[in-house]
Amino acid sequence: MSLRSPPLSAVHERADASFTDFGGWEMPVEFESIRVEHEAVRSEVGKFDVSHMGQITVDGPDAATLTQRLTTNDVTALDPGEAQYAAITNADGIMLDDTVVYRLPVDAADEFLFVPNAGHDGEMTERWLTERDDRDLDATVTNRTEEYAMLAVQGPEAPDLLAAETDADLRSLSQFEVTDGTVAGVDSLVARTGYTGERGFEILCPWDDAEAVWSALDCQPCGLGARDTLRLEMGFLLSGQEFHPVDEPRTPHEAGIGWTVKLDTEFVGRDALEGVAADGPEEKLVGIELVDRGVPRHGYDVTTPDGEAIGHVTSGTMSPTLGKPIALAYVPAAYAEPDESVRVVVRGEPKKARTRSTPFLDR
Amino acid sequence: MSFDVPDDLRYLESHEWVRVADGTAEIGITEFAQDELGDVVFVELPNEGATLTAGEDFGVVESIKAVSDVYAPVSGTVTAVNDRLRDEPELLNEDPFGEGWMLEVELDDESEPDDLLSPAEYRDQIE
Repeated sequence: MSLRSPPLSAVHERADASFTDFGGWEMPVEFESIRVEHEAVRSEVGKFDVSHMGQITVDGPDAATLTQRLTTNDVTALDPGEAQYAAITNADGIMLDDTVVYRLPVDAADEFLFVPNAGHDGEMTERWLTERDDRDLDATVTNRTEEYAMLAVQGPEAPDLLAAETDADLRSLSQFEVTDGTVAGVDSLVARTGYTGERGFEILCPWDDAEAVWSALDCQPCGLGARDTLRLEMGFLLSGQEFHPVDEPRTPHEAGIGWTVKLDTEFVGRDALEGVAADGPEEKLVGIELVDRGVPRHGYDVTTPDGEAIGHVTSGTMSPTLGKPIALAYVPAAYAEPDESVRVVVRGEPKKARTRSTPFLDR
Repeated sequence: MSFDVPDDLRYLESHEWVRVADGTAEIGITEFAQDELGDVVFVELPNEGATLTAGEDFGVVESIKAVSDVYAPVSGTVTAVNDRLRDEPELLNEDPFGEGWMLEVELDDESEPDDLLSPAEYRDQIE
C-alpha cells in the first residue's frame, strides 16, 4: 500500500525533515531535533503539519442526530462556532477512535466537522454512512481529508504570531471555539484547539493553499516526534497506543476520559458504558514517573514492588521539560491512585517508579 | 549532509568507532549514529573490569525516539568508563568523537582493530 503524503511534503523535504509512516501517511517526524522543537513550543511557538488528521463534514437536517448517535459527548450542547472532544465507541463501549466535533460558524459551507485520527477517515466515513442508512436519516457525509490541510500553531507566542496573519478575532476565541477568517489571505477555519497543552490554534485551509499559510507562520517547524512528547507530558491519549479496538480495547472510563461520555444521550455503546460509569472501571490509565534511571517504552511491564505483574506501559519517554522519565500505563484501579510504588521492567530490570496524576506539567 | 569521519579511527558497520593507542582502545559511536538517533537521553554501559567480545552488544543508547544497542568493535577488558554520560548523555550528540567517548578497553589482541573498517570504507558505507 502506498503512503499518503500531506500537501507540504516537498516543503518539508526542502527543510531537511526526516519522515515516518504514521497511520498510512508519510509525515515529518523531526526537523531540527525533538528537544529543540519541544522547547520552542513550551517557551515560544512552533508549527505542525497535521494534515494526516481526518476531516469529515456532516450536513443536512439529521446531521446533529447522526453525529449524536456515533459520539459519546452531547452534540446538541454545541452552538455554532463551538467544538467538543468525544470518543467514538462500538456497541460494547470500546473506543474505536477519539475526535473533536466542531459545529461550524453559521456562514461556513458545512454544519458539522469532525476530526478522526490519521488513517481512520475512511472507516469513520463508512461508519457514519452505514448508521445514516440503517436509521434512514437525512444527512450528507463527506470525507474531506484530502481537501483540507490542517496546520497547528502552538506555544505562548502563538496568539501574537497568528494575530499578525489573520483577520479572525482571536481574542474573543475561547478554548474549543472555532471561527472562520483568512490566514495569509487564505480562507480558513481557525480553532482554538491543540494537542500540546499550550495556548494555540489549529487551522483548516484548502489543501492547495497550505504552503501560503505554512510559510506565513514564521516559527520553528515541529514534527510528530515533538508532538508526541508534548502530548505525553499533558497525559493526552494517542489513538493506537492508549486505545485500539484490537490491541488495546478500552472504554473511555478506563482511558480517563469518562467526562466525555454523556449517558443522557443516545449513542452506540451507551448501554455498555452505563454499568462501567456506575461501578467504575477495573483498570485505569495512570501517569508513572520513574525514580530509577531508564526510559519507559510502549509495551514494558508494570509490576508491584514484589514483582507481581499488574499492567503495562502504553506510551513513555524522557520528558524534555521535566528531565524525568514519564509514562502512561494501565493498572488495576487500586493502583491508579497517585504515589503508589510500582516497578517498570526495562530490559528485564525492575526500575523503581511511582504513579502520579496527569498532566505531568501544570498548564 | 556530510558527517565527520576522523582519519585516525577504525569503524564497525554498526557505527561504533575505536581509537587505538598502546594496547588500549577508546570506544564510542559515530557522528552519523548520533544524528540517526537524535537527542540522546540515556546511556547504559558496563562497569570497569567487564569483558567485551567483539561483535556482541555491550550497552544501550536511548534517544527520545529510539532504543539502540551498542556493539563491541574489539574484545578486551574495560579499564575506564565515561561516567559523565550518566548525567550528560547529550555529550554523545555534541562531541561523539571526543567528550562523548564511552569506554576504554585493554585489548585481548592488539591486531584485532586491523580487521575493522578504515575511515574510507566507513565513509563509503554511510554515503
